[in-house]
Amino acid sequence: MAIPSLNLLLQSILSGIFIGGMYAMTGLGLGLAWGLLRQINLAHFGFVFLSAYLCYQMSTVGGIDPLLTVFVLPPAFFCVGVAMQWVLSRFRISAFNSLLVTFGVTVMIESGIQYVWTADFRKMQSVYAEEKFVVGGLFVPLPEFLTLAVAVALSFAIWAAMRFTDLGKAMRAMAEDAPIAAAFGINERGLSLALSGICVALASVAGICFALTFTLTPTQIFSWVGVVFAVVMLGGLGSALGPLVSGIVIGVSEAVAMALFAPSWAPIVSFSLLILMLLFRPGKA
Amino acid sequence: MINLRKIAVAAVAAIGLAGALPVSAQTPGPVRIGSTLALTGPLSATALVHKLAGEIYIEDLNKRGGLLGRKVEWIVRDDQSRPDLARTLYEQLVTSEKVDLLMGPYATGAILSAIGVAQRYNKMLISHTMGIPSLAKYDMHFPAWSLGPDPAQTVPTTVFEGLAQTNKPPKTVAVVTSKFPSIHFLSLGAREIIKKRGLTEVLFLEWEFGNRDFGPIAARVKDAKPDLVWVGDIGLEGNMLLEAMKKIDYEPPMHIHLYPAPGPLANAPEGKNALSLTIFEEHAPYTNDPVAAQFVKTFGERAKQAGLPYTAVETQAAASFTAWQILEASIVATNSFDDRKMADWLKANRVKTIHGTLRFDRGNNFGDDLMRMKQVQDGRWVTVWPKEWAPPGATIRTQ
Repeated sequence: MAIPSLNLLLQSILSGIFIGGMYAMTGLGLGLAWGLLRQINLAHFGFVFLSAYLCYQMSTVGGIDPLLTVFVLPPAFFCVGVAMQWVLSRFRISAFNSLLVTFGVTVMIESGIQYVWTADFRKMQSVYAEEKFVVGGLFVPLPEFLTLAVAVALSFAIWAAMRFTDLGKAMRAMAEDAPIAAAFGINERGLSLALSGICVALASVAGICFALTFTLTPTQIFSWVGVVFAVVMLGGLGSALGPLVSGIVIGVSEAVAMALFAPSWAPIVSFSLLILMLLFRPGKA
Repeated sequence: MINLRKIAVAAVAAIGLAGALPVSAQTPGPVRIGSTLALTGPLSATALVHKLAGEIYIEDLNKRGGLLGRKVEWIVRDDQSRPDLARTLYEQLVTSEKVDLLMGPYATGAILSAIGVAQRYNKMLISHTMGIPSLAKYDMHFPAWSLGPDPAQTVPTTVFEGLAQTNKPPKTVAVVTSKFPSIHFLSLGAREIIKKRGLTEVLFLEWEFGNRDFGPIAARVKDAKPDLVWVGDIGLEGNMLLEAMKKIDYEPPMHIHLYPAPGPLANAPEGKNALSLTIFEEHAPYTNDPVAAQFVKTFGERAKQAGLPYTAVETQAAASFTAWQILEASIVATNSFDDRKMADWLKANRVKTIHGTLRFDRGNNFGDDLMRMKQVQDGRWVTVWPKEWAPPGATIRTQ
């Protein structure tokens, strides 16, 4: 094994932190829905990409600054999340069945994206794409930095909301024991709808970040499922800060594996960490 | 009375026969050609190019009177980018649909599935883009993409011979490659050629297909300071790597990409001077052939109408068109739709196509390696090596 230069190693770690931010941003809503609503919402990935494509469309065709889409897309996706939760609860779909139903929704979203934008690659050209700054000899690209900043800000905001507000406490109580929480006057149905809306709105924010950084193609939806699942499980279901920590840990581990050993080892890292977690801390994942 | 009835029946039968015979003799049914394409799924972007090229060819063929006086009907099924489904669909095309002829699907995995079915039913199969010649052992399979029997040796040789002619021939090379099957073996071949030619390999890295983060790979390439980066990429991987390099303020002196998405790489600022491989580009001498020139014109118009983001004819569309040319040539020459006769003729003869004259008499019918080197110059792909396929005045640009 050749010893890499310090600059190479630090630049790789930085790259890992940034991709970890993207993992965290994508996993945040998924983990909350899984932990608090007991739904394994595979459609979350579909919503991320749908939002990314809509951001691309609004920016490329409509000429809107991609960051301004944050005022349009998350509220719209909140409504979608509410509607989806209403349907799932109306038909009393269990946690396991939600996996199948939302997988179907993901396939439908992917087909819809292919129909509208075709299967070809789409790259959003924005004023942010080329921007970068240098800190101590390390290059920091602006889109990735923004993604990380948004992931950190939203993770802490949701953590604080869950911990310090009545609404957050009610949500945690509902997740802990819904009938008892209802007996204390908590409106389980209303909270579920709101929480689902928030989770899908978070998917939408992740989509905007995705469009800022990555080239889009519909079939990429499924290539993110494995690693984001690992991030969510390592971070803890229902945790707001967990996906941020685990996302960065996985991202940095992959990047260091690529810098020190071989890039082809990177996919092994996230699942190795997950297996180790299951072996040594079985109650936590 | 009875006699009258008999006479009437006989008369009706006679009229029916008289009417039926000439009709069937004058207007025979269409020749039905079956194939699958990845119309949905991860390979659909490229498969749509093949569909368009095939439709253009058949429309023109039917305008010219079809094949041996019969109109041509192309039956295309969607294999959803799944080789297992391609096998099932080819089986159905042969057994249920009872097609007269087969045409290959898109992408190596599906082609291998189709070859299996064709072999079982003794059908000839012409494929568009079979990427691994050593796997295509069926004697009635004919590739339209002229890779030659040993591309792992011949393709890198073409590349390094071309680069040796430049004013800055590379001395050090970084080989970074996807582990995608039809790419990986070419990159391994490049490593051998690098060694044989006395060049220095300063870095060798492999990544899994679907890699998301190219930052660390870009940083390692930058650290290795190669004169040339050999990028064994497919689709957008090359763009992602170049974007990651740009983010750390690094621009490789020279870089060659195996199978990039042609549009995105040509249009990206960091794709400037990117090298790649081709069998056809939209310029002379390819377009000196009037058939090629007409195809380029029609494809451009139709691709624009269909909303394809890249409307130029390059390797994929040209290979697809070539496949149909091979099929037509074998039918016309043998005056037959007999698969064995057509296959035997192809093995013994050469076929003039829009990307060169092909032969099928060696190496799993792979004939000659007609791969050439192209480069992004002023936002468009231009063949730069060998010189006889470059447009006037075009040479390999170095930084």
